[in-house]
Amino acid sequence: MVGLCDCNNFFASCERVFRPDLNGKPVVVLSNNDGCIIARSNEAKALGIKMGTPLFQAREVIEKHDVAVFSSNYQLYGDMSNRVISILKETVPAIEVYSIDEAFLNLDGLPLEGLQQKGRDLSARIRKDTGIPVSIGIAPTKTLAKIASKLCKQYPKLQGCCLMYRPQDIEKVLRKFPVGDVWGIGRKYRKKLALMGITTAWDFCSLPRSEVSRLMSITGVKTWLELHGEPCIEFAEVPQDRQTICVSRSFAHDMTDLGELDAAVATFTAKVAEKLRAQRMKAYVLHVFILTNRHREEKPQDYSIRTTGFEVATNSTIEMTDAASTALRAIYKKGFGYKRAGVMVTDLVDSNKVQGVFFDTVDHEKQDRLMKVIDSINSVNGRSTVRIASNGEMDQFSTRAHVSKRYTTRWDELMEVVV
Amino acid sequence: MEDDKIALINAGFPSPAEDFMDVALDLNKVLVHNPASTFFARVKGLSMIEDGVDDGDLLIIDKSAEPYDGCLAVCFVDGEFTLKKYKSMGDYALLMPANKAFQPIRVDENNQFAIWGIVRYLIKKM
Repeated sequence: MVGLCDCNNFFASCERVFRPDLNGKPVVVLSNNDGCIIARSNEAKALGIKMGTPLFQAREVIEKHDVAVFSSNYQLYGDMSNRVISILKETVPAIEVYSIDEAFLNLDGLPLEGLQQKGRDLSARIRKDTGIPVSIGIAPTKTLAKIASKLCKQYPKLQGCCLMYRPQDIEKVLRKFPVGDVWGIGRKYRKKLALMGITTAWDFCSLPRSEVSRLMSITGVKTWLELHGEPCIEFAEVPQDRQTICVSRSFAHDMTDLGELDAAVATFTAKVAEKLRAQRMKAYVLHVFILTNRHREEKPQDYSIRTTGFEVATNSTIEMTDAASTALRAIYKKGFGYKRAGVMVTDLVDSNKVQGVFFDTVDHEKQDRLMKVIDSINSVNGRSTVRIASNGEMDQFSTRAHVSKRYTTRWDELMEVVV
Repeated sequence: MEDDKIALINAGFPSPAEDFMDVALDLNKVLVHNPASTFFARVKGLSMIEDGVDDGDLLIIDKSAEPYDGCLAVCFVDGEFTLKKYKSMGDYALLMPANKAFQPIRVDENNQFAIWGIVRYLIKKM
């Protein structure tokens, strides 16, 4: 059996742990820059607030119903996520972290009887220990486990865990489940299937396999098999190595000044380099891109990208910042207002398998040692304690008017208990 | 590079403590039983001073712990956090201060009440 543990309305739930006064009240969390609504409590969903709605469009309903609004606080959400994951790891033989608020559980070898109760106990423990409500779905395949966890959210009677394995139970559920909500179907196929009169997951299941492979890609066939209870999506305990790493942000205001832009690009580069080092990877290619504000049609528009190659793959903040800064200077044009910038690395290799060159002008060993020192200082004293002089703080490039405290990662932002 | 080599050669006699190396004491191991459920908070106010809880002290709170009679509990009462000694009285509970200037708080089913966590340790700067 496979389990899926999904945190309910995760970002909103994280905020509520430290604000119990908001239990039972509508809460929304905004994207970077306070642009759009990216998380909603059930009460906010009931008010008809849709995922991805721009904040300004929701202003009226927010004011009318006194909806609590939060800027995204990823330091807090990341820490709360780690807490949930650590409990899962402790309880279940193997897990696969799928996203910040979801993890698959490998339950192979556990007896079927008692599995439902085990799931409920786990769900209750996570709720008690961390304050985060979760829904656990257990089924023969990942795709069915996802559906089971969604059922769990709809029916509080299930007490945080839904076990679904008998063919007749699965059929009953799939008959009511919209095909567009099935993991792996997507918007494109939903429309295509709707045109053929296929609206529920059961309709889709009832298609012959040959018809599915004619209509859809291999992923479609896999989804079809998974719905029939045949596991096709592998359990990846270790996250697969990523082939690119990208850090980009929209700015609170359009940037026209090269110095300001340079600081932003340097910050993104440092972040990318840090991620590379955490994954023990090095990159051969670095791209810097900048773009103007598309929504201001009256202003001149520009989108530029500059690619730089390294002779020897690197993950040194210093070397990469130099390259990024040179690239930026090559594409920056005076008189344009840039709304977004980003740094991306590709052609990644394992940092132990880097080929040197004969006439190397950079002392790579020295750079490696320096980066190790910087990373260890930052891990002990908090991110950005030591940084390259041109760096800013990640947060300074965005507007976050409604941000809560980083209760669990900063000593100077602890919760206060009035006694 | 050269320096490293010389340093290696000059490393001298192996330390007699090498085979007896122990891991240095780590306060986290003592103060944090369950990292997933442990939260830190700062004390603000004077209602518990007779029990030695002073303004500015650091609280180590375990959300997973079950409340017991007389435990120091971070409570959430009618929209606000407070820190008091918890005393169950059957169908109601008393939140006891430790300062003569304060009155016990009575909570029953008419209050919005929850125990947020139990204080396991108190750290104060001397």
